[in-house]
Amino acid sequence: MHEWALAEAIISAASATAEEEVLKEVTEVKIKIGELQQIEKDVLDFALSQLKTAKFKNAKFKIVRVRAKLKCRACSFQWNFTKEKLDKNTAEAIHFVPEIAHSYIKCPKCGSPDFEILEGRGVWLESIKGVK
Amino acid sequence: MKHVRNLIAVSGGKGGVGKSLVASTLALILARRGCKVGLFDLDFTSPSTHIILGIKGVHPKEEKGIIPPKVHNLQYMSIVYYSGDLAAPLRGTDISNALIELLSITRWEKLDYLILDMPPGISDVTLDLTRLVKHLKFLIVTTPSQLAFETAKKLASLLATLKIPVMGIVENMTMNQSQFVQQQAKRLGLNLLGQIPHDPKVEYAIGNTDKLLKTVFAKGVEQVVTEIQAQRHYP
Repeated sequence: MHEWALAEAIISAASATAEEEVLKEVTEVKIKIGELQQIEKDVLDFALSQLKTAKFKNAKFKIVRVRAKLKCRACSFQWNFTKEKLDKNTAEAIHFVPEIAHSYIKCPKCGSPDFEILEGRGVWLESIKGVK
Repeated sequence: MKHVRNLIAVSGGKGGVGKSLVASTLALILARRGCKVGLFDLDFTSPSTHIILGIKGVHPKEEKGIIPPKVHNLQYMSIVYYSGDLAAPLRGTDISNALIELLSITRWEKLDYLILDMPPGISDVTLDLTRLVKHLKFLIVTTPSQLAFETAKKLASLLATLKIPVMGIVENMTMNQSQFVQQQAKRLGLNLLGQIPHDPKVEYAIGNTDKLLKTVFAKGVEQVVTEIQAQRHYP
């Protein structure tokens, strides 16, 4: 599953941040996952639990899902991404490379593929808490 | 990319100098010489290596990330697995995000060489790669034209500033015995790794790797591969 690679990247980024902040132990990692990438929350959670290193032994991984908001650069129309309108192959392509949305999704108002992903694209590390 | 011994970005700045043809043929020749090779098409808006190599009907395998399929004995990765024949109208930030995504999730096997087919220009992909990827080396492709070399020179200057090693310059589409590129390369302190003759027949070999490897163009790339393998640390 692709979520395992993402979990690996999260652990690696969180470890680097913990090192920068000189944390002996990490207690909480807050992760936001954008709706556009359609990440399986349960799979990501399981992968994190399996891949976490000793520093994260007691850490709680809080995963928050964020709606994907798109804005047309041509006519400024804003809309929310919904995967229900996509066929399986398209949804899967966007799952792996969210930017591929530009090949498949058009502005519902003017039809332009030139839109901005305002929020809810992929995975990002929101915050990290721990003991110094 | 931790299992990759040599990471070579085939670039040149200018479009139309034959980067993709050189990158694809280079990868094929290295594989035919017994090396373990991967090819990653990083020209997200105009990918073409899949057409050069006649690759269709394959798809990466999902397994804790994505594992690129093996075609013509190359582990091959391209955005076309996801965009198909559709246009991918991506702006700079989108290109950066797509690159970071694909670098993070693609699982390469143990490779002697991973050849990166770079897009034209010296912007997003070049800057992100040099920032994110360790042990990267560049191979600069140009034509004998002053116009192409002007951009190649700017790329070489940028790479010198960023302290990224350049393996050498490849002159593609050589039509006469001009010493222009050789002299300019010398002035930049770079090796000219080969002069690939202009070969009008290469167009008819696109999509057929056996035909491609028999072209005069491929013979020119053979010389470049020999030079690369002669450089220290290369198997």
